Amino acid sequence: MTHIASPVPPLGVTHAPEGGEIGPVQSGWRLALREFARNRLAVAGLGVLVFFVLFCFGGPFVYHANLLSTNLAATNLPPGAGHPLGTDNLGFDELGELMKGGQAALEIGFLAAAIGIVIGALWGAISGLAGGIADSIMMRVVDVFLSIPFLFIVLIVAVRYAASALGLSLIIGVFTWLVPARLVRGEVLTLRVRDFVSAARAAGSGRLRLIHRHLIPNALGVITVNVTFNIADAILAVATLGFLGFGLHYPKVDWGDMLSNGTAYLQDGYWWLIYPVGTCIVLVVMACNLLGDALRDSLDVRLRRW
Amino acid sequence: MTGYLPRRVGTSLVMLFGVSIFIFFLLHTIYPSPAIDVLGPKANRVSIAVWNKQHGFDDPFIVQYLRYVNQLLHGNLGYSYKLNQSVAALFQERWGRSAYLSGISLLFAVLIAIPLGIFQAVRRNTIGDNVATTLAFVTYAMPDFFLYLIAIQLLALTFPIFGFEASQSTCMLTVMLDWRDMTLPIVCLTLLIVAGYSRYMRSAAMDTLAQDYIKVARAKGLPERLVLLRHLVRNACLPMITLIGLSIPALLAGSLIAETVFNYPGLGLLFYNSLGTADYPVLLAYTLVGAVLTIAGNLVADIALTVADPRIRLA
Repeated sequence: MTHIASPVPPLGVTHAPEGGEIGPVQSGWRLALREFARNRLAVAGLGVLVFFVLFCFGGPFVYHANLLSTNLAATNLPPGAGHPLGTDNLGFDELGELMKGGQAALEIGFLAAAIGIVIGALWGAISGLAGGIADSIMMRVVDVFLSIPFLFIVLIVAVRYAASALGLSLIIGVFTWLVPARLVRGEVLTLRVRDFVSAARAAGSGRLRLIHRHLIPNALGVITVNVTFNIADAILAVATLGFLGFGLHYPKVDWGDMLSNGTAYLQDGYWWLIYPVGTCIVLVVMACNLLGDALRDSLDVRLRRW
Repeated sequence: MTGYLPRRVGTSLVMLFGVSIFIFFLLHTIYPSPAIDVLGPKANRVSIAVWNKQHGFDDPFIVQYLRYVNQLLHGNLGYSYKLNQSVAALFQERWGRSAYLSGISLLFAVLIAIPLGIFQAVRRNTIGDNVATTLAFVTYAMPDFFLYLIAIQLLALTFPIFGFEASQSTCMLTVMLDWRDMTLPIVCLTLLIVAGYSRYMRSAAMDTLAQDYIKVARAKGLPERLVLLRHLVRNACLPMITLIGLSIPALLAGSLIAETVFNYPGLGLLFYNSLGTADYPVLLAYTLVGAVLTIAGNLVADIALTVADPRIRLA
């Protein structure tokens, strides 16, 4: 009698219960981190961002270029010895300018996103917690601002008050808090009826404490995701302002301004004035968007794959 | 439905009121009086004060606001002292060209985005889907003007197939027939809009594909072509209605940059030129028009959705 391999295991051997292994309990943030690391595109996005931070802020220490005085003997040079990415119409080194412009883009992007998110999170949290008439008034204000084309209003204010990194960040930040405000409000509306909030309230927490100890930390997932998208939008907005001529002034540079300089020489075929800068903008914005998508997937428990 | 419509229109009116207050507040803050533009840069303080008094620019905020709204309701959008022309007349000359560029690009974008999204959802995670997603993602991250510059460099200068400047004609018919100069702006703007729409369309189509009625249609033996055409397309298009309404500010901004880069004399270029001369009446009037279009667009989209989708029963 031959032995027949049975697919059914013999009795007495214990198996993991169906539904997968049960690991040690980990914190939500650590789980999110693990999920994030599994997403290769997101890690690539993070890598690109880290690269650009190093390139823009560390690069000038390694690569020295004269970005303060013009050099009319070396204008519009194609890439070559001494100038790896060529020079622009005033003889400034493109690679050096690229680093300096990147500093402005990243600084303004992060600062504007931070300003927008702080205003938005507070507005949304207060509105959601207050409820009633205050909530509807605050949300109608958001609706009103959302219906005004963002670029128009930013341009108008920039014409009057901009031209510094701080000014640009403020202008962009002040007009980008609307979407975060809506998202945080939605989150707060679901959170505020939860038991832990009732418990905190019963224990005597005031509204401010509720907001900063219980509501904002729990809405942090939504906020983090939104920050990355806001950074991408802010970088695009700065580039657009710079391109239209309402960005930073000499000795500061921004990427949009550099592109608009290159436009004048489109016909001459000076490609190095356009493609490196444009590619940098696309890469940074894409990296932020990838990061945001991945963060959304990894922080949203419902979408998490095990 | 009967209660919904007045309530929805009421919300829009409240928003219009809010927008008008905000725009007037901005105008009042950064351009309190056109006196210096009228009297010239050498005008002394007394004559400016007298002029302000005569023309009511020293009245209280609320009085000036009511006068402004009254003017708006009579179709007066303000007066550009820099161009010495009423804003309404300036807009009248140009709005047709802007409407043509934005409208036709939006139309093409919708006509491309819907089949593309359905194709991506049906063939999801195939090479075609991945290529389309990647292209849309890159285009979405691209500043508008970079795309225009690449297009001009490639298709107008290196290979001179199209013109590098949009049509300059004042006759709408000439502009419409001038495919050589109008192709680049229209195609580029279309691409940018498609990049914004496609991922929503893809996920909408994917949601619809998972519905039971699609399974039923397949189970009863309907050919796949009919399943897609009769059951998928019409349902997957519904979110598109809302999306078009929501994307009006982006569309206006997109046409602003397109008109600037391609030197197309529409409202966007007028706005850009007014930025250079700090012509605030024009700037704020166009912003107001943009906000009104956005509010109207959202209202129309919401109403159209309730008409198109009988499942939406609103009390």
